[in-house]
Amino acid sequence: NPYAGLVSRLRAAWLSGKTRPMAYRVAQLEALGRFLDEKKQDILDALASDMRKPPFEVEISEISICRSELNHALNNLGTWMKDEHVEKNWATQLDSAFICKDPYGVVLIIGPWNYPINLLLVPLIGAIAAGNCVVMKPSEISKDVEKLVAETLPSYLDEDCFAVVTAGVEETTKLLENKFDYIFFTGIPSVGRIIMTAAAKHLTPVTLELGGKNPCYVSDSCEVQNVARRVAWGRFFNAGQTCVAPDYILCSVEMQEKLLPALREAITEFYGPNPQESPDFARIVGDKQFQRVQALLSSGHAAIGGQTDEKERYIAPTVLVDVQPEDPIMQEEIFGPILPILTVANVDEAIAFINARERPLALYAFSSCKKVLRQVLEQTSSGGFCANDTVMHMTLTSLPFGGIGHSGLGCYHGRFTFEAFSHQRSALLRGTGREALNTLRYPPYAPSRLPLLRAATETRRAAACVLL
Amino acid sequence: NPYTGLVSRLRAAWLSGKTRPMEYRVAQLEALGRFLDEKKQDILDVLASDMRKPPFEAEFCEILLCKNELNDTLNKLGTWMKDEHVEKNLATQLDSAFIHKDPYGVVLILTPWYCPIHIVLMPLIGAIAAGNCVIVKPSEITKNTERLVAEVLPCYLDNDCFAVVTAGVEETTKLLENKFDYIFFTGIPSVGRIVMTAAAKHLTPVTLELGGKNPCYVSDSCEVQNVARRVAWGRFFNAGQTCVAPDYILCSVEMQEKLLPALHEAITEFYGPNPQESPDFARIVGDKQFQRVQALLSSGRMAIGGQTDEQERYIAPTVLVDVQPSDPVMQEKIFGPILPIITVASVDEAINLINTHERPLVVYVFSSDKKVMNQVLEWTSSGDFCGNDTLMHVTLTSLPFGGIGNSGLGKYHGKFTFDTFTHLRSCLHRNMALETINTLRYPPYSPQKLGLVRLASEVKRQGTCTLL
Repeated sequence: NPYAGLVSRLRAAWLSGKTRPMAYRVAQLEALGRFLDEKKQDILDALASDMRKPPFEVEISEISICRSELNHALNNLGTWMKDEHVEKNWATQLDSAFICKDPYGVVLIIGPWNYPINLLLVPLIGAIAAGNCVVMKPSEISKDVEKLVAETLPSYLDEDCFAVVTAGVEETTKLLENKFDYIFFTGIPSVGRIIMTAAAKHLTPVTLELGGKNPCYVSDSCEVQNVARRVAWGRFFNAGQTCVAPDYILCSVEMQEKLLPALREAITEFYGPNPQESPDFARIVGDKQFQRVQALLSSGHAAIGGQTDEKERYIAPTVLVDVQPEDPIMQEEIFGPILPILTVANVDEAIAFINARERPLALYAFSSCKKVLRQVLEQTSSGGFCANDTVMHMTLTSLPFGGIGHSGLGCYHGRFTFEAFSHQRSALLRGTGREALNTLRYPPYAPSRLPLLRAATETRRAAACVLL
Repeated sequence: NPYTGLVSRLRAAWLSGKTRPMEYRVAQLEALGRFLDEKKQDILDVLASDMRKPPFEAEFCEILLCKNELNDTLNKLGTWMKDEHVEKNLATQLDSAFIHKDPYGVVLILTPWYCPIHIVLMPLIGAIAAGNCVIVKPSEITKNTERLVAEVLPCYLDNDCFAVVTAGVEETTKLLENKFDYIFFTGIPSVGRIVMTAAAKHLTPVTLELGGKNPCYVSDSCEVQNVARRVAWGRFFNAGQTCVAPDYILCSVEMQEKLLPALHEAITEFYGPNPQESPDFARIVGDKQFQRVQALLSSGRMAIGGQTDEQERYIAPTVLVDVQPSDPVMQEKIFGPILPIITVASVDEAINLINTHERPLVVYVFSSDKKVMNQVLEWTSSGDFCGNDTLMHVTLTSLPFGGIGNSGLGKYHGKFTFDTFTHLRSCLHRNMALETINTLRYPPYSPQKLGLVRLASEVKRQGTCTLL
């Protein structure tokens, strides 16, 4: 196996204890910060050449987010690493009971192509903070970023403990035959299954950040123009290639009539009358992906947009109407700049529609009525939920980001990334004396001892206050 | 598939929202409490008939610990269920950002035979508290307990949402073909792999409570008689059939000389001169398991015990010496009343030996020297750690219990069980109005907007104070 040597080397480094001291982890994280600063222009260039991602979008969705996560980790690492002392019962009153945060060991991070810096570095930050050694595999689809990461990132990090591997599908399969102590994967559900099946052979825990069709319910009571802007922004950012983009709209026929002109206005505000000429609109990452997304345009009919240019891999910001649930566009995650609208009679029908499908990564609801928002939240299940906006819930380091069911397993961001890559190790340190107390539990057993043993270890039901 | 109807029925019940209100969950949990009270004698009887478990041991491990978990959960459920509000950045200051605790849906609990009531109820309590519907499969090996759980437990719970399934290996395989929203498995690593592989097909998250060989290092500075009693208690409780029992001792040759008479004395104190006659010593659960454990007696030399009685499935409390790392008793988890001693020259050698084995469920260390204790804690990796005692860390509901690597994946007990069966759903509720701030992020992009967006959302590195 071509990677066995690398994994052994990193495992030996981990066993040596090199990554344990806080000072070491801080040094590696600060080096990552320097990578983001010194290589910023290279990152902007690589993303521009891989998918014509506008520099502004790269700054806010790749660089700024990584910097926030880095700073948040550096600000809090001392607290996160501390042993956590816990409540004790009578029997353990004089003991020391705490939770240690142990690293897992050698972890594997597999990144996707749509936000190739963000979705590789943010998990990496948590993995390093938690004291692990890391093998990273950036996506082979965003080729220029892959090259940048493989050639430059290692020189910033300690190569005893961190490595970047470039691999296509076949080599990744070989990589996965090795035993890792944690695997963090971002990508599509079908590959998520393959990863988890490979992990199961070694009983390796996993985090799977997958995807789905994120529904966007727009109720009749809302400020239509604001809704249109917020939805258009979320949908067309990065030409729709965002795992938390609103995938389809559910609204009433009346709301559709209002939304269409509002969406048209928002798109023109953002990208001008001919979005192909706007420097602020990205392209589809590759020919294969372009073909796939273009084929979805045949569902319903295009009320806005619909133009394509194969040479540039350009697909115009598009809104489709008269879409049926059986249409091709409703069978897979769109991952492109197409927004279908499906009409429903009311919020209950919208909820039933959503619940008949796989649970999505994000669920959006727009309403001025809190009751409606609460109803959608309570009666559906999704990774995350955002009311009256799109995507923004992902930008808070304090909120755990992850899916459920088909859209994923586990969560991260901020402290949650540190926790994903940490093993909570319970520790109870007792005294060597005070044996008299212990004799309660030893044979020969006597029923008379049970009440004492119970009293020393039990948790009682707290009395409920009753107003007389 | 014989179980598809059942799973669909429970999923429909979950989708109906029946398990969501706190009152419903409290009612089910209180019913579990009544089961433990009203059926206590039946529980003691079936455990006595399945494995001759002494009533005292059954009361402590199966009833008392479950009651603690129940009370802890009932006391705190309101707090655990609450939305958790989180820190916000400048951009989201006026929004509501919180973590909503969602159930997973329909969960499956697969339980082993050695603490058959405890390991059914402990996860079940948390699964119910978290608002899930549950299918429980008790072990087919402890036949009387299986019957009690299958026939009696359902009478206490709402049969719309909770079910007990009796199944052998083949039927369990069929059961696992269904899609569950969480699977909680306790058992051996090889079956853990099978369960995780089945779960991977549906991207179902899992907790695997597995096992391993729990090392017990006894340093030269300790109170030998106390050590002997604490180790003997942990090893011979339930005739050694405990996942957290100390599996083998590591100590110096000198310490072995002192330990042997001390262990002999402890065993006599506990079980009398002929443990076969003691009512306080259990039996091996079945013939197959008896054969397996008996075969391990051929390793090394019997310093204490070694007698067996096939008819009763009795194996005497036994201590083996002159055991080599290559002997059969060191190749698998013992899970019987046999304690091998392996001599090591120093704590460093002990640590190396521990680190060459798969990571265990627990590492035990006996030492009056804090430095030695910490050294073993820092340089080994295990599910949990207990200093100067055995088993006791399991009795604190505030400590997360679980393995790492081959010994498992995930943690539970107390709040950690609730957390295991809960999906953390990030929620961000924004204002329908206040659109001006949002325009910062919309195209057309400009460097000025970028500066302001970063200001509103980026986390800064906190200044370090320097003494000038």
